[in-house]
Amino acid sequence: MSTASTRGTRRSPLARHLGTLMFLAGLIGALAFGWIVFPPLMYSSTEQPIQFNHKIHMGEAGMACADCHPFRDDGTFAGLPTTAQCAECHEEPIGDSPLEKAFIDEYVRKGREVEWLVYSRQPMNAYFSHVAHVTVGKLTCEECHGDHGATETIPPYQVNRISGYSRAVGGAATAGRALLPTEVMRMDTCSDCHEKHGRRSPCLECHK
Amino acid sequence: MSGPKETPQGASRYGMVIDLDRCNGCGACMVACAVENNVAPAPQRANDRNGITLLRVFPMRNGRDYPESRQVFVPMTCQQCDAPPCESVCPQHAVEFDWTTGIVAQIPVRCLGCRYCMVACPYHARAFNWWDPEWPEGMESTLNPDISTRSRGVAEKCNFCHHRRQVARERAAHEGREVREDEYQPACVEACPVGAIVFGDLNDPDSAVAKVYEAPDAFAFLDKLGTKPKIRYRSRQEWVHAMARQGVPEKEVTRG
Repeated sequence: MSTASTRGTRRSPLARHLGTLMFLAGLIGALAFGWIVFPPLMYSSTEQPIQFNHKIHMGEAGMACADCHPFRDDGTFAGLPTTAQCAECHEEPIGDSPLEKAFIDEYVRKGREVEWLVYSRQPMNAYFSHVAHVTVGKLTCEECHGDHGATETIPPYQVNRISGYSRAVGGAATAGRALLPTEVMRMDTCSDCHEKHGRRSPCLECHK
Repeated sequence: MSGPKETPQGASRYGMVIDLDRCNGCGACMVACAVENNVAPAPQRANDRNGITLLRVFPMRNGRDYPESRQVFVPMTCQQCDAPPCESVCPQHAVEFDWTTGIVAQIPVRCLGCRYCMVACPYHARAFNWWDPEWPEGMESTLNPDISTRSRGVAEKCNFCHHRRQVARERAAHEGREVREDEYQPACVEACPVGAIVFGDLNDPDSAVAKVYEAPDAFAFLDKLGTKPKIRYRSRQEWVHAMARQGVPEKEVTRG
């Protein structure tokens, strides 16, 4: 019996696998940092200037999406309503919500526009037509914007610190293909859906 | 929903006919083009080779002495070839033949700035951004929101004001009808004071451009190269036809 083999059998199992364990701990730590901790750090978060309750407008008030987000006469999408449009109903407080009162005092009475941080703002070279998708393609709002219309609060505006692009507010509905919920909307999101519907598009269809 | 379309015989095939006997060389088309497409004013150090001119009007002379001396003005822009040489040389797929419109698309954000396409183009119809675009203070508010600006280091060219087609299609879809011919016209066509430029869908036999496209006095520049341009020119002067076949030996002297 040699000295070396005697010494080997005396070592505890922990000591024998210490190297492997340390490697695994390091690997798991690095993966956890890369997959869980780091991605949110990529985004800066800003609260909207004022909160808004979609649910109460869609539910109690019985409104539809297009009541506040209509098409203009030339087919372009009007996007967010102006303060004047809000004031058509909210000249005076309707309910007793402090948020509504604050909105009327701060914006309606002073005639100011709310500086909303728009989640869906696209890069300058991307062209998107709501008419093409809603009127011609018969898509519902929810297919891209998720349950945004049923939420009681609006989420903070998150921007990728490097690209400057905002996180998709529709979540999984818009970010479809994205693996991480923290991803921004990408060109793949558009092209995947186009391909799925047999709508292979040339570049100029969506770029300008 | 229509399926994939691989051939140039798509829904539309846009083309243009420019009457050289009508063109008086005023340059309104060049100005309209630059304004429409957010081309920034050229910096002081720009010259006729490195400025941005998506559309350029240059004189073509027959080289004879008075009284046989003749001259026409040739508005030259991307000829929207059916077999575009710029497309096949691009290593980035930044040039794409749009099979639904026949328009040769340039996607500036994909471009890496190698300028192969500029070398390949026999019409010198492409321009390179040697500088970041800069507008004098206050002039940013005149920019066209329907088209993106291009940064330094990418090539660009005419795309028949495709953004105008997007706007026209959007309005037509909203009203539930097809796009009318007069709704989609490039800026140069609108600006031409003598009506020398006709533009429209060649697949539509009733369009104004289809009626003159095959006229006996219509021709394409450098036809022998086989690029199959969708811009054709018209002139009743035989020397113009002859020169268009061989190429233009003269330096381009007009710049925007």
